[in-house]
Amino acid sequence: MSRIDRIRGTALPLRGDDVDTDRIIPARYLKAVTFEGLGDHAFEDDRIALAGAHPFDDSRFASASILVVNRNFGCGSSREHAPQALYRRGLRAVVGEGFSEIFFGNSVALGLPCLRVSREDAIALQDLAEREPGTEFVVDLEAGRVPREPSGSPASSPSGRARPSSPADGTA
Amino acid sequence: MAEEMLAALERNCTEFGIPLHALGSDRQGIVHVIGPELGLTQPGLTIACGDSHTSTHGAFGAIAFGIGTSQVRDVLASQCLALDPLKVRRIDVDGALGRGVTAKDVILEIIRRLGVNGGAGFAYEYGGSAVEAMSMEERMTLCNMSIEGAARAGYVNPDETTYAYLKGRPFAPKGDAWDEAVEGWHSLASDAGAAYDDRVRLDAPDIEPNVTWGINPGQSVPVSGRVPRPADLPDAERASVAEALDYMGFSGGETIAGTRIDVAFIGSCTNGRLSDLRAAAEVARGRRVAPHVKALVVPGSVAVKAAAEREGLDEVFRAAGFEWRSAGCSMCLAMNPDRLEGRQVCASSSNRNFKGRQGSPNGRTLLMSPAMVAAAAIAGEVVDVRTALGPSEASR
Repeated sequence: MSRIDRIRGTALPLRGDDVDTDRIIPARYLKAVTFEGLGDHAFEDDRIALAGAHPFDDSRFASASILVVNRNFGCGSSREHAPQALYRRGLRAVVGEGFSEIFFGNSVALGLPCLRVSREDAIALQDLAEREPGTEFVVDLEAGRVPREPSGSPASSPSGRARPSSPADGTA
Repeated sequence: MAEEMLAALERNCTEFGIPLHALGSDRQGIVHVIGPELGLTQPGLTIACGDSHTSTHGAFGAIAFGIGTSQVRDVLASQCLALDPLKVRRIDVDGALGRGVTAKDVILEIIRRLGVNGGAGFAYEYGGSAVEAMSMEERMTLCNMSIEGAARAGYVNPDETTYAYLKGRPFAPKGDAWDEAVEGWHSLASDAGAAYDDRVRLDAPDIEPNVTWGINPGQSVPVSGRVPRPADLPDAERASVAEALDYMGFSGGETIAGTRIDVAFIGSCTNGRLSDLRAAAEVARGRRVAPHVKALVVPGSVAVKAAAEREGLDEVFRAAGFEWRSAGCSMCLAMNPDRLEGRQVCASSSNRNFKGRQGSPNGRTLLMSPAMVAAAAIAGEVVDVRTALGPSEASR
């Protein structure tokens, strides 16, 4: 396994508290002996219900690598299929208000770091990603920093200080 | 069926000398039912298993929690896991539970009061006179759903009830080893003056049968209560309540009693044990399932099924119009063909009412105790099992 210090990329905002693992990947996908192909099925039922209006179907976020969520993300089942589906969808970090402990452990075990920020910061990040979907962020694991505002102003939470990366600002 | 998975499991178990209670074995069943049943679950053990409801085993004074597939691999390879230490919240339930109020109602009450996210970072240690008075099966129900309140582990101190349950089970210590084990287990129980990170107290007599109305197990009301209105709630909760109401098809403010159901499911690792089936059968005896309801009973293990059949519970259920099925998880999570269809509403003794949980992407789940599910099956709608059913034909 290779060392992960920072993750760089655009963000995919997924709003809502208590998003459970059954929603991330329904139980019908738990019958295979590998995790192959799960990326296509992440949030499948929610996506069908929203008929294309789900953030995972939004072409602006198609190449995003940082998922931004709210409270108690990944609650419920211990299925590793949930973080595996996100990872195989191309996501490389999850930033949010909080995570279920089992989801957190599974994610870290497979190299999908989960970082905690305040509610205010999570919402600010989601707003920014929606307003300017091309904004690139750097999640710096070493410094415990997660992205926030393009102005570079420090966030209120000590662990929430962050800035977008661009070739000009020297954080790449 | 997941044939490839079963074949791989059998092959791997054979290769590495791991006993497998496979399909066809009289010991087969849901792991959280057979672990205790076989006496494999014992006080003082650390039990990790690839299922979040592993918290069930804490009922025996074990530290038990769910992990993912890769962590299972790590445990098999190294017997080690990297975990953050858990804080401990002691939850005392004092006094006697009312008639018709069960361990399921207690845990739904706890999750509603402390929140679906309230246990994050904690193990829940249950005590107080109501918990001390519970059977092991009731304690298992309580610990089972700890994870639904975000507590990774549930726990009850080992006591005489624990030892009486374990004694003589196939994998329990025998002879002198038993006496030694019990002495050791005694020493594991928390001292009366133990310090906790947090303490919560509930009065058992205040607890009613609970029913969920929403899309997480914290969204419940007492059976005499009403579905909440977003306007009555603090701002922070309004959006999620509105989402849940929309999904469930409630407008808010209606009584939960009277909610029409299409399906009734009795089973799961939460409530698929013999005492659960007895409680449901007591309600079903001499009555009939409402014509529009599909009702099924799924024992949690082959042994539970056999024990229930020895008591004639299968006949009681069949006569009332329930399907009597083979052991498994069935409609708790719909990995097999037992699934809701479309927007069906299911009264369920299982543990999760998440969107799509029971197999239909827009199916709806109302969690409640097994006796409440049986009562709903008969009435065709949610009713208070304590009062709503008239005398059965058998008792007339």
